[in-house]
Amino acid sequence: MDGVAQLKKRLADYTTSLYDEGYLDDQFVQLQQLQDESNPEFVVEVVSLFFQDSQRLLSELAKALEQQSVDFRKVDAYVHQLKGSSSSIGAQRVQRACISFRNYCDDQNIEGCLKCLQQLKNEYSLMKNKLETLFKLEQQLLEAGG
Amino acid sequence: MENNNVEEMDIESLSSMWPEDINGKQFNIEKPGADQAMLEDIFIIEEPKIVDFKRLVELTNYSEKGSSQLAYLVKNWEYRQAYAVRLLREELDTLSKQKQESELKELEITEEHRFEQESYGGDKRPISVLDEEYDILPDFPRKIKHVVVENKGLEIEADYDTVIYWKQRARHLEELLEASIQREQILVEKLQESIKNLERQSSPVEELSQILKRADHYLHFILETAPVTIGHQDKDLRYRFMYNPYPSLQEEEIIGKTDAEIFTGGGVKEVQDFKREVLEKGLPAKREITFETQLFGAKTFLIYVEPVFSKAGETIGVNYMGMEITDQVRKREKMAKVREEIAVQKAKESELNKTIHITEETMRAKEVLATMSHEIRSPLSGVVSMAEILSTTNIDKEQRQILKVMLSTGDLILQLINDILDLSKVESGVLKLEATKFRPREVVKGVLQTAAGSLQKVLTLEGHVADDVPVQVIGDILQIRRILNNLISNAIKYTHKGKVGIKLYKITALSCDLREGSKGNITADRSVFSAIIREPDKCLSLSQSGSDLNGFLEGPRKNSHDDEPETPVINGASMDGGEENHRHPSETTMWIGCDVYDTGIGIPENALPTLFKKYMQVSADTARKYGGTGLGLAICKQLVELMGGHLTVSSQEHRGSTFTFVLPYKVSPQCDNSDDPDELSDMNGHDAMLDSHDDDISSGTFIFGPRMLGSLSSSSSSARAQNQLPNRVAFNATHKLNGLSDDPTSFPGSSMPSKEVNSLKDACSAVDGPATSCQQETSMMQSPDSNYKVTVGSEREYQHKEYGQFQDTFKVSTCSSGVESKEVSEKVRLTDCQEAEEIQERFERSSQCSSSKGQEIIESKLKPRILLVEDNKINVVVAQSMMTRMGHKIDVVNNGVEAVRAVQSSSYDLILMDVCMPVVDGLQATRLIRSFEEMGNWDAAVKAGIEYQVPQNTAPNDPQLNLLRNRIPIIGMTTNALSESADECFANGMDSFISKPVTFQNLKECLEQYVM
Repeated sequence: MDGVAQLKKRLADYTTSLYDEGYLDDQFVQLQQLQDESNPEFVVEVVSLFFQDSQRLLSELAKALEQQSVDFRKVDAYVHQLKGSSSSIGAQRVQRACISFRNYCDDQNIEGCLKCLQQLKNEYSLMKNKLETLFKLEQQLLEAGG
Repeated sequence: MENNNVEEMDIESLSSMWPEDINGKQFNIEKPGADQAMLEDIFIIEEPKIVDFKRLVELTNYSEKGSSQLAYLVKNWEYRQAYAVRLLREELDTLSKQKQESELKELEITEEHRFEQESYGGDKRPISVLDEEYDILPDFPRKIKHVVVENKGLEIEADYDTVIYWKQRARHLEELLEASIQREQILVEKLQESIKNLERQSSPVEELSQILKRADHYLHFILETAPVTIGHQDKDLRYRFMYNPYPSLQEEEIIGKTDAEIFTGGGVKEVQDFKREVLEKGLPAKREITFETQLFGAKTFLIYVEPVFSKAGETIGVNYMGMEITDQVRKREKMAKVREEIAVQKAKESELNKTIHITEETMRAKEVLATMSHEIRSPLSGVVSMAEILSTTNIDKEQRQILKVMLSTGDLILQLINDILDLSKVESGVLKLEATKFRPREVVKGVLQTAAGSLQKVLTLEGHVADDVPVQVIGDILQIRRILNNLISNAIKYTHKGKVGIKLYKITALSCDLREGSKGNITADRSVFSAIIREPDKCLSLSQSGSDLNGFLEGPRKNSHDDEPETPVINGASMDGGEENHRHPSETTMWIGCDVYDTGIGIPENALPTLFKKYMQVSADTARKYGGTGLGLAICKQLVELMGGHLTVSSQEHRGSTFTFVLPYKVSPQCDNSDDPDELSDMNGHDAMLDSHDDDISSGTFIFGPRMLGSLSSSSSSARAQNQLPNRVAFNATHKLNGLSDDPTSFPGSSMPSKEVNSLKDACSAVDGPATSCQQETSMMQSPDSNYKVTVGSEREYQHKEYGQFQDTFKVSTCSSGVESKEVSEKVRLTDCQEAEEIQERFERSSQCSSSKGQEIIESKLKPRILLVEDNKINVVVAQSMMTRMGHKIDVVNNGVEAVRAVQSSSYDLILMDVCMPVVDGLQATRLIRSFEEMGNWDAAVKAGIEYQVPQNTAPNDPQLNLLRNRIPIIGMTTNALSESADECFANGMDSFISKPVTFQNLKECLEQYVM
């Protein structure tokens, strides 16, 4: 029982830290509210959908920026997509990275875009790690019977 | 020797009159005259130095420096003499030493001789002295050398130890002695002679003058080609000495004269003043002086002046040295200039960089501001709309009061944020103008209608559009409407009684110039104008006079009042007809002026200059009293200027203000016949009403009396009712639906139209809940433009009070419209049969709609059909889940094309439309859907490349499909404050917008507002 309580505390602390450090915003709460008995895996499902989608967008972005003449409209469209989905799940920092990315895109600044892509990738993998850890903790808690 | 050196050092430190190197070399030369050969090569052509010798002597005698100089010379001479004497002494010593030596030798020899004599004296043999034999070796003494006595053994021919031998020997020695004595004598003589010579030859004056001469030569040698002028001036600054390598003046022209006496021109006075200054201060100084004289032209000299002191310490003159540095100065100046230029350039560069930086910062700041504003706006609008909803619930008076304050402050903040957003958009250049076709009359009407809708005062709102303003022009309707709205709300804010109005008129190039040129004139006219305004009952004559004024201003403007006396009713139609006559063959630019005038408090003259500045209000007092952000006018001005026009104001305190903006519009050559029948009939309604007052009223005049929003819709519906019988029935049905009123204030004249009014009013009074939506639905159908966000409940009192007032108006208006309605329909049919059919169809539709409204609402409440248009999968999942959670099932499509197709094939009660999407974005999709709703066909969509696919399972005249043509509430979903603004949503026909990401809250609000 102690283990469960401890796990619970760890989970709570971890979640709080995610909010405090700006990885997540309230939109994630909205997401969690959508999860219920009828849809117990909702958050995980949506987030893995987000991971898939983001992975695709990031590789598309990298491809688009490698081109001889960069189609900034295309790049912008990708970033817009990523921005939309990240804001939907509350991945605040990814969303912010997208915003600055789009600014560079508007300026047609390739260096800036590449830098932002790198940043975006970093933010994304950070986010991914954090969320995966979160899910793992939840899973552990669930298995421990909490 | 050491002593001497010290002396010398002292002299040198006293910066000498002579050139330094000469001082050092010349006077210490061991071998004077060694350089003479070199000096001899120098050929001095002219005597460049001019000396007042008397003065020099005086100087040498009296000046401290001179005396020390002299003393030095004398010392030097003395030293040299002493040196010579010492050398001689040494020589003498050597001589006397030699003399002693030789005497010693002699003594030795003598002794030796004696010894020999003694040894030989023992000889028994007599010595015979033969005189002749002494001469045996007569040349012997000659062999004796000068200095050294030779020790050579004597070779005597005679046999040793003979008498002859000894005699010879004695003679020989005697000779030696004699020679030695003789030599000694010569030496002594020589010595004495030398001493005598020495004494005779060296007189100090001679030597000194020689030295001086040599120094002089050195001076010449060094200074010969140097561009240096050296001089000495006495205490009256008269020249006493002058060395000038380029002499152009004679001695007598210089000596004894001052600078000013010698030459004239620029710099002379300066140099004299400078010398005088040095003379007075007693301190040496350097200065650069540029001369501009006839004598040697423009030259710059570096002048060094040092004072000369007497032994008593008084200044008795100055030494001066000038070096020509014209070229150097020029070079230096050039360099300075170049450096300056470089510096300036650098400064410019850094300034530019700074500016760029600042600009970038500003842009970023603005962006941040915009984003922030948006972030603030979304939750705030939530608060405000919740408060609005709260105000419709059952709350007591006090709570209502509190809510009112809450709402008004909330609105103010919203307004402020919107204004900031707008401004930053305009300033950062994000705002792009769009050219769309629009009808000025509709815009004016719409703006006034909106203003009337939220009017809280007893004011008359009027609009007048001159006949020569085209029916349809091209411009950015959104921005123009915003400007008008801003100006009107401003006017209303500062007007407590009287009128607020809009006047539109065409400006010919000529009159445009006239306007620019004679502003004062116009202002004067305005005052006449406002004088008329003050008569309350003559609102029509007012607008008439307004147009007269325009006529006066514009001169050649065609006044078409008389052209259409027989068709005064159908303004829109008649305008179309009228316009056709003077339609331009191609697209031309037309300047249209717009006056927004009021009879309000006016603007004090001193506030006019800052009126259009940001955050500026007339006074702090005004800000307190009237509130507001102080951004409205700044935005207006910026927008007007962005569109290439200008915004001006004229005002008289306590009498009113007139804001005038003049904008260029494109006038399309094509006639657009797709007049919205709804609008037409609306206009008919007003004008019918107006016509009852004055038959001569020109088209395009709208008047909204105090609290006439209700009357507006009722009058229009009454007109419609007269037009179409089924419609009347329909309205009766509505009437019945709402329940017949037993209100004691019901009107005595119980004609059909007044019943209409009754029914509406009843609707108002019955609004305590669900009925609101019903009424809203009805009115929305009638005129989609008008603002229905009227807080009905709170305004009931007003309506009651004012009903009596506009009851008359209605009576008259409806009566006249009753007569004229036939003409209307006739006219319509005559001009365009199809159009008439459309109108009819539309009426039928609306009647059906209104009759089945109650039922339908219940239905939609049960199961609203919602379409989500969103391209982002995750957003779809989230939104869908939220909707599911709220108990709604939604259809999802992924882009604008699919959205249009979905609307084509099925009916929806609400569309949630993402603004930014691939293929066809949300704004365009909304436009297409709206176009369908208004026109009844999908032509616009087909034009945009979306083929119309007739749903196979539904017949074209299926009521379901007709129902489709109701205005579907479309809610935009926006992400970014700058690129997808709320205004854009509204401009493209969206009803509202929610900001992404979607939340329970904003979805719920949206659903509550539009489908429940």
